[in-house]
Parts: sequence; C-alpha cells; structure tokens
Amino acid sequence: MWEVVIGLEIHAQLATESKIFSGASTAYGAAPNTQACAVDLGLPGVLPVLNKEVVRMAASFGLAIGANVSRRSVFARKNYFYPDLPKGYQISQFELPIVERGNIDIELEDGAIKSIGVTRAHLEEDAGKSLHEDFQGMTGIDLNRAGTPLLEIVSEPDMRSAKEAVAYMKKIHSLVTYLGICDGNMQEGSFRCDANVSVRPQGQQEFGTRAELKNINSFRFVERAINIEVERQIDIIEGGGEIVQETRLYDADKNETRSMRSKEEANDYRYFPDPDLLPVELTDAYLRGIEATLPELPEQKKARFITDYSLKQGDADVLTASRALADFFESLVEASGDAKLAANWVIGSVASMLNKENLDITDSKISAEQLGGLLQRVIDNTISGKIAKDVFEAMWQGEGSADAIIESRGLKQITDSGAIEKIIDDIIAANPDQVEQFRAGKDKVLGFFVGQVMKASAGKANPGQVNQLLKQKLAP
Amino acid sequence: MHDKNVAELSAGLKNGDFSSEELTRVYLNRIESLDKDLNSFISVTAEQALAAARIADQQYKSGTAGPLTGIPIAQKDIFCIQGVRTSCGSKMLANFIAPYDATVVTRLNEAGMVMLGKTNMDEFAMGSSNENSFYGAVKNPWDLLAVPGGSSGGSASAVAAQLAPVATGTDTGGSIRQPASLCGITGLKPTYGRVSRYGMIAFASSLDQGGPMARSAEDAAMLLNAMAGFDHHDSTSVDREVPDYTGNLDQSIEGLRIGIPAEFFAEGLDDGVASVIQAALQEYEKMGASLVDISLPNSGLSIPTYYVVAMAECSSNLSRFDGVRFGHRCEDPVDLEDLYKRSRGEGFGAEVKRRIMIGTYALSAGYYDAYYLKAQQLRHLISDDYKKAFEQVDVIMGPTAPSVAFDIGEKSDDPVSMYLSDIYTIAVNLAGLPGMSIPAGFVDNRPVGLQIIGNYFDESRLLNIAHQFQCETNWHKQVPPGYE
Repeated sequence: MWEVVIGLEIHAQLATESKIFSGASTAYGAAPNTQACAVDLGLPGVLPVLNKEVVRMAASFGLAIGANVSRRSVFARKNYFYPDLPKGYQISQFELPIVERGNIDIELEDGAIKSIGVTRAHLEEDAGKSLHEDFQGMTGIDLNRAGTPLLEIVSEPDMRSAKEAVAYMKKIHSLVTYLGICDGNMQEGSFRCDANVSVRPQGQQEFGTRAELKNINSFRFVERAINIEVERQIDIIEGGGEIVQETRLYDADKNETRSMRSKEEANDYRYFPDPDLLPVELTDAYLRGIEATLPELPEQKKARFITDYSLKQGDADVLTASRALADFFESLVEASGDAKLAANWVIGSVASMLNKENLDITDSKISAEQLGGLLQRVIDNTISGKIAKDVFEAMWQGEGSADAIIESRGLKQITDSGAIEKIIDDIIAANPDQVEQFRAGKDKVLGFFVGQVMKASAGKANPGQVNQLLKQKLAP
Repeated sequence: MHDKNVAELSAGLKNGDFSSEELTRVYLNRIESLDKDLNSFISVTAEQALAAARIADQQYKSGTAGPLTGIPIAQKDIFCIQGVRTSCGSKMLANFIAPYDATVVTRLNEAGMVMLGKTNMDEFAMGSSNENSFYGAVKNPWDLLAVPGGSSGGSASAVAAQLAPVATGTDTGGSIRQPASLCGITGLKPTYGRVSRYGMIAFASSLDQGGPMARSAEDAAMLLNAMAGFDHHDSTSVDREVPDYTGNLDQSIEGLRIGIPAEFFAEGLDDGVASVIQAALQEYEKMGASLVDISLPNSGLSIPTYYVVAMAECSSNLSRFDGVRFGHRCEDPVDLEDLYKRSRGEGFGAEVKRRIMIGTYALSAGYYDAYYLKAQQLRHLISDDYKKAFEQVDVIMGPTAPSVAFDIGEKSDDPVSMYLSDIYTIAVNLAGLPGMSIPAGFVDNRPVGLQIIGNYFDESRLLNIAHQFQCETNWHKQVPPGYE
C-alpha cells in the first residue's frame, strides 16, 4: 500500500590532473595538506581560475545523456562556515547549471526499460576533510581534497524502489567511467551519492515528506540505506507519526539511519553569482567538437559486441557492464584470436576469481595479454581446457607466464598416439568387466574409460585423441 | 631629491647624479621624521628597500635598468607581499605574513621599483576617512586635524607629504580618487579588469580595482605602465594590449567634448568646491575643449545600489577570516562556534562588522530578489546612463568629492553621511569605467579634486587630459607646509 519515491544526487569526481580552480594536483592519498596551494587554502587575495578540462567533461556527460548543455552557465557561491571549507563558501552552480534535462534508461528486474529523468548536472569544488580522530579533543583539517572538481548529477524523483535506485546509480557509474571523466572509485570517494527518500500511499499524487540520506559510497549501502529508511518512515506513519524533513546519515556498521540536522537547522546558503569567475559560454562548434570525440557508450558497445563477436545478449551485457571489463575482453580477443573462448574465460574464470578476492577488473592479477598467451595454448592443443584452469590459477598466484608454467610443471598435452595407445591398452587390460559391458552396448561406459585414461595421464592426454582411440580399441 | 617627479628621478639615476640607495635613504629618512604625525605607513620595510635599491643600482651600471628601476614606491597594505606582513588595516591580519606576491607587486618588482613599506588604510578598504584602521587614523598633511580620505588614505597622505614619490591604491567606490582629492594628489582608478586583482585582498570583487597614486598625471602614467595588463591568475582581468600611457600625454585636447552632468552639481555639493570645479572647467574651455550639459538620471541610485552589491560581496569575501588557518584566533575556544564568533568578533572592527551584517542580510533567503538582484538591475541602468553619455561626449567631469577633507571624528558616528563622501565616485565602479582625480584648487587651504571619467579602456585619454591641465596649472605642484 506504500509507494516509495527516490531521487538521487550523485557526486562524481572528475578525473582531471589538477583542481577545478587551481593548479594543485588531485592525486589521492598524499600526506595531509601537501596538495593544497594558496588558492585551495583560501589565502587572502587569491582568485579562482576555471580548469577548462572540467567544462569539457561536464559537457560530454550532458551530450551522452541527451541533455541540454547550457550555452551559458554561471558559478555561484554557496556560503556556510565549516573548518574544512577554506573560503567560507563553496563555488558551485546554482541557477544556471551546465547540464539540464537528460535521461537515463535502466532495466528493471522483469526486463522492462524505465527512463529516469536527470534534472541537472552542475560543476562544483569539493571541500577538504575534517579528521576527528588522532587529535585529542581537536580536529585536524586536510585540504588536499579542497578544490577537487565534482559533477553533481541530480535525478528526478523517478525511482520507486531501492533496486531501481541501484540500477540508476550503476548506470551513471558505467557512463562516467566509459566517458573517462571519473575513475569511479567508490572506496576513495570518487563516486558517491545522497538519496532523497519518501513514501506515500499508493495512488496519492503529492509526494510525502522526504529525508535526505547523505554520502553513501557503495551500491550495496545505497540499497540497504534506502530500504532501512523506507521501513523507518512507514513505521512512523503507520504509528500515527509524521516524517520530519531532515538530513540523515546512514551508518553501515549499525545498518541504521540517524538524524544529522532538521530543516529548521539547515543553513541559508545565500547563493549569489561568484564575481571572481566569468560565466561559462560555450559555442555550438565547441559542443560539436566534443560530440565528435565522445567515446563509444555502453549501449553502442553492447550492440557491436553482439554483431562483431557473435556474443549472446546476456554475455554482451556482462562484458560491457564497465568500460574496464569491456576493454579487458577486447584485449583478450586480440591476444587470443578467439572471441567465444575469450568471452567464456572473462565471464567464467576471471570473473569468479575477481569475485572471490573482491577485486575490480583493473586490479586483475593477470593481464589480458598474459591470459591471451594461455588461451593460445588451449587453441593450439598444447593443453586441454581443464589443465588451462590449473595454469590460470598458478598464473594468478604469480608463478609466471602460461608457457613457463606449462613447461615447468610438464603439463604439455600428450598428442603422441603411441603414448596414448599404451595407456589405453593398460586400462583395457585392467578392466575386463567394463570392456564387456561396453561391448554389450552400454555406451556410457566409454566415459569411465576416458576418465581412467585422463587420470592415468595426469590430464595431459588429448581428450579428442583419447576418445577416438578408445572407440577403435573397444570395438568388438 | 624628493621634490622631483618620477621622470626626473629616473633621469637622475640614469645619469648617475644620485644612486637609488641614496634616493631610498632620503625617503626612509623623511618617513622616519615626518610620519609620526601622519601615520601613513603601517610597516616600513627599510632593509628590503635598501637591498632592492642596491640591486637597482647594479642594473643602472649593467645597463639593464628600465624607466622605473630604483624608484621608491609605497604599497597599500592590501597587496600581498611575500614575507611581509599584509594587514589590510585590520587586527584580523595583524599576524599575517603573506606567503606570496600579488601580481601587481610582482610587476612592480620586475620593473625594478623599491618598496619603502606598506601604507595605512581603512580596515579591509571599508571607509572614506581612514579612521577605520586598526593601526590608527591617518592625518592629512594639509591639516593634521583633517582626514586624508579613504580607503587609500595612507598612500594619499604619504605621496602628498612626499614620503614616497608614488604609491599604489585600490578603489572599490572611490578609494583612490577621494583620498587623492582630499590630499591634493593625482589618482587613477583604471577600467575594471585592467589591473590584476590577484593578491589584492578582496573587499567587493566586482568593483575592486588597483591603480596608481602620484603627484602628477605623468608619474601616474609611468606607474600604470608597469601595473596594467592581463593576468592568467585573475579571470576578470582583460586580455588586451597595454599601450604606453605616457605616449599621448602631450597631445592637444583642442575640440575635446567634456560632459558636465547636472546631477554632480546639485544639492549636497559644497559651494566652495563647486567654484573650484567651475574654474577648472573654464581652464579646459580656454584650452579648446567644449562643455556639454549631460544627464546621468540614475545617479541618485548609485549609493544604495553600491552598498547592497559591495556589502553582499564583502560578507562572502570576508568569510575566510575564521580563525582556522591564518589571522587572528581567539584564546582558548571552547568549541567551533565559539572559535568563529570570538575570532571574528575580536578581529574585525565596527565598520567591517556593519558591512558583513548588511551584506549577509541582503543575500538571505527571501531578501535576495528585493536587494541583491534589484541592485544588479540598477547597476545595468547606471551603466547605461554612462554608455549614452559617451555617445555625446569624450569624457565626463565634475567634483571628485562633495567637500574638502572633513575633520577627524566629524563623521565617524554617522555612517550614512560618511557614505555620501563617495557619491560622485561610486557609479564609476558600478559601471566599471576608468576615473581620475587631479588637484584643481583649494577651499580653506584644503585641496579640491577634479574628477575625470572616461569610457572603457580610455586611460590614455584621461592621462592626456589630466596632463594638459597640469601643463597649464600649478595646483599639483603645491606641497603642504612643513613637507616641502
């Protein structure tokens, strides 16, 4: 009887070398305050100068979602005091954002396609970090992150379940990484979101009062946070209470949301156009230039994979889920020369190994080129597919290249008919009962003989040859 | 030596008549003996000055000196100078040693100029009398009971008393021109975007502009040559060629059309000042210019418009002074809010607080449209008045300030009356136009300035017009008694 209404604000950190308004580096993980220049520190007299690259990145995002990329957008100051906000205001965009009105299609669980509206996307600078531990009653400030460029992508309240919200977030994640404008690293906070969540009785037109869940940095947490918040809201309403408009924090450890501040305590941000920066004016020619250099997007890539590599729809979906995975697959196709085999390996062994070790494809311990070397040995019959799995594991453990492992472990397939015949003769001699059964027409017993031969050869006998020779020798 | 103009000093250095070190010592000695009364300097950087002077002397020897090499200068204490305290006239920055140079400072250093020290100013450039300085009021050398004007009052007083041949100033609503007028010197506020604002501590970003303060238009032109130009650190600076501002000084002004706005001669203008200005205009007529009556109908809106825009911007610009990273921090804060409240409460003076509060109010939800947005619309109307006027005339002239220097303390309890000191200068900032003030006479032994307003990037023409007046008159050569 309750309908859930969700809108997301996603913060994607733009993958620039330097900050949005200064020349300081944006690299993650440096010692505190070593990547904060005079501008980032908000020293008296400093002025911001816009990094052109962020404009190109935001515009390419806008074009990729079919949005209106504003020919004129304006930076505004969002004023509030906080120790990790050096200037006492954040430079953002308010009335005139760079991207307005786009759409993202998501696939629902039943396979239906739903279009989610993107209200706007605007450029802004990130704040620094307040470090509350380690300073005994004081707070440490690290301004390395201050001035890092962000694209804030604001959706319409179009999502109706936590699953839809996750599907949307994954879609945006895939898009920004495909575009190469964000590294998508959620652990480092390069991609995070706030969720506006409310509930209303089915059929009611107006929205319920919403709560804003802040700073959620994983797909799993988004789903959990929304579900827990929905439960909380329904419990309150069904208990006769009212939802308070407020900002809430999701605590992943306790799996609960709790209040940060209510609407009454909310800041009046006193937005006004930043007089230090000129409006950003884009020409049609500039936008056409960006459009011409847009990389292949997920949908286009999927279609091409199906056509060029004769992949099944489902496999193409998996392989294009991220640009990194798709790139790995294509490199593997090139290195091995066999698209079908490459697809099976990426979706199979590679994916399960990554999953087991909780790694991203970019952290794979075997490169596409190295794996290609292994697949070639399968294709040229040096080893069987089964042995290849063992070699793969050894490669993953860092034991060397496919050829080196095959060599050192003596895994080369036995293709010498004489050697295989000798094994077969021994097996036949040792199993007269089974020979009888087979000759009596029990074809299934062939499997027993194949298994025995492979076992005796430590898996190295060529399975095709084994089959063929067995049939010959067992023939009555 | 101190009575020579910049061109003469430059020639003297070049000919070896005196060294930059000798010249610098002359000024340092004058500051030492005369500034006790005036209080025009917040910091005197004698050692750095002498070191820079010796380098300049080397450059003369090696033949690498330019026209400003070795010439001493005073810097308004709003410009950041690496390793030097940059206080902006505030207790808030009493402990702030700037870790970098403002672009203007870099340029003047590159020109070989010798910095004598940092001049006093109204706190954060907010004021028209220099009484709002944490470092004490500055006195007007023409009358120690009088204010020098503000906010660049220290620079104006120092140049008038010949404690420095030239100085930098900044002008947000008249802060170069009004003190130039009150101290009887020549000051130029360039077109917005002509001089980089990088490293110049912001008061109101869309209005602030640095410029030269000097004893003559020729000196100002030489200084502007070094100050002006595009800066990639300042997005609002304009990428446009910098002409040689001394190049047109001698051109005849025969046929010049001077617009005389009725609004500049209406109620509120002191009679004595009006007669001095009338006499100056007659002088221009004698030189072949013609006077054209014009109207700037929205002039009356410029003060309220300015005080909304400037205060809104300053309320945000001054947020960075929070006691966290630099500047004044209160003793033993109990929590974050206490740190903010007491650091800012103790660090800022009354006028700065007044402006932050008014600006915060004007930007608040529910008031933004009525104040800030409305003020921006009026700003367009005011600019349009000037645009139309410049279709009929080449320049506009009138008084710089409605009266001569008033007495210290006379207006300090009445902010509105103080704000009216800038009634003729403010619209020029709102429109982003260049404007000058040049000495035109005296009332009761206190100087009167003539304001010359030009079209965008017409600094060359303004300097030419001012220089021609200074060829015909001696007002700019007058020196306050005791400072000869």
